[in-house]
Amino acid sequence: MRLLTDGPQTDLMFPDRVTLIQEVLASGLRGRGGGRFPTGLKLQAVAGRKRLVVANGCEGEPDSRKDHVLLSRSPHLVFDGISLACHAVGATEAVLCVHEGSPLLPGLRYALASRGTTGIRVVEVPRRYVASEESALVSFLGGGGAKPTVTPPRPTERGMLVDNVETLAQLAIVARVGARAFRDGETMLVTVPSGVHEVPVTTRVADLVAGPVLAGGCGGVWLSAARAADTAIGEAPGVAVLRAPRGCGLRDTASILAYLAAESARQCGPCMFGLPAIAADFAELANGVAGQALDRLRRRLPVITGRGACAHPDGAVRLAASALDVFAADVTAHTTGAGCTSTTRRTA
Amino acid sequence: MSTLKLDPIACRAHGLCAELLPEAIDLDEWGYPLLRGGDLPAHLLPDARRAAAACPALALRVTSDVSRGRPG
Repeated sequence: MRLLTDGPQTDLMFPDRVTLIQEVLASGLRGRGGGRFPTGLKLQAVAGRKRLVVANGCEGEPDSRKDHVLLSRSPHLVFDGISLACHAVGATEAVLCVHEGSPLLPGLRYALASRGTTGIRVVEVPRRYVASEESALVSFLGGGGAKPTVTPPRPTERGMLVDNVETLAQLAIVARVGARAFRDGETMLVTVPSGVHEVPVTTRVADLVAGPVLAGGCGGVWLSAARAADTAIGEAPGVAVLRAPRGCGLRDTASILAYLAAESARQCGPCMFGLPAIAADFAELANGVAGQALDRLRRRLPVITGRGACAHPDGAVRLAASALDVFAADVTAHTTGAGCTSTTRRTA
Repeated sequence: MSTLKLDPIACRAHGLCAELLPEAIDLDEWGYPLLRGGDLPAHLLPDARRAAAACPALALRVTSDVSRGRPG
């Protein structure tokens, strides 16, 4: 248990840059913001004249609380990670992003002030789901809107390292204990209905929340009970947040899709029009209206993926497809007018 | 080899590209381009360049490099 218990580091050690990056690569650390990209590779990819580390503490996923807990209980571990990341990529400046008006702000500013001159400043970001997407943050920091932009060029190619705050905290732990010890005892933060817990990455999803379970929040997928029993939380897609269905899984999904549709940045046609369309189809399916909703969904889902500037529409499609799979019995029940299995299913 | 690349933010669904290059571009139900992936056959290159030039939003281009788009 390190992430939630580590206090201020009185003697922050900076191994040389090359060694540090090698340790991070050897540790197998992957991003904790949902993308799960190997952190060492991202460090290596930063190129360009002016370099900046962006610590993403916005936590745009509505049900996720882990970053909030981390920033509130272990801000110094996060700041250690930011400083080490700056050292690794040759940046003299860093920003820590949180949502506008976040209750974390006073505590963060106080902790930062106690560290003296750091080159780190705290920045407030608009409270929108896509505002804390990697390229949206970069756009916002550059004076543009907090909306995703077309990539390439990726942030790393523009000299910017964007990492989730937990990833940076993990990086600080790698620097302290080394790659081997890190791998042997790797833990992560996960939000479950009872709160935020620090657990070994090998913990099965089903041991935290029995399936069927929504893994990754609105940007995640439904896992069947069998898949949940078979999947380690360290391998689960999206941000580490788990919950059971709220009543009927199809109705639950319809409500998430409506949210995702409303949160579109409305820059790209397939997202701007496709997401409301599949949200409406799912609502029809959830309401048990006899009709072509299922056929339309099957036709539309493959057409929307990969055609926006960011992964927002892809996430919605992935979620919808997983719901049709995991709640297949409900789909049949709804479309044949036989009611819904959720009236008899006991959720964990 | 050349491929078609679309800037999804710039695209405004004018639909000229699909008119000029129906062999490689369809429109989805909302009027946005569906690019048939892969390399452009040589005989389509002149029409592809015309389609890219005709786009009022400058959203379409014919590229001959191998730059990667956004990974899934």
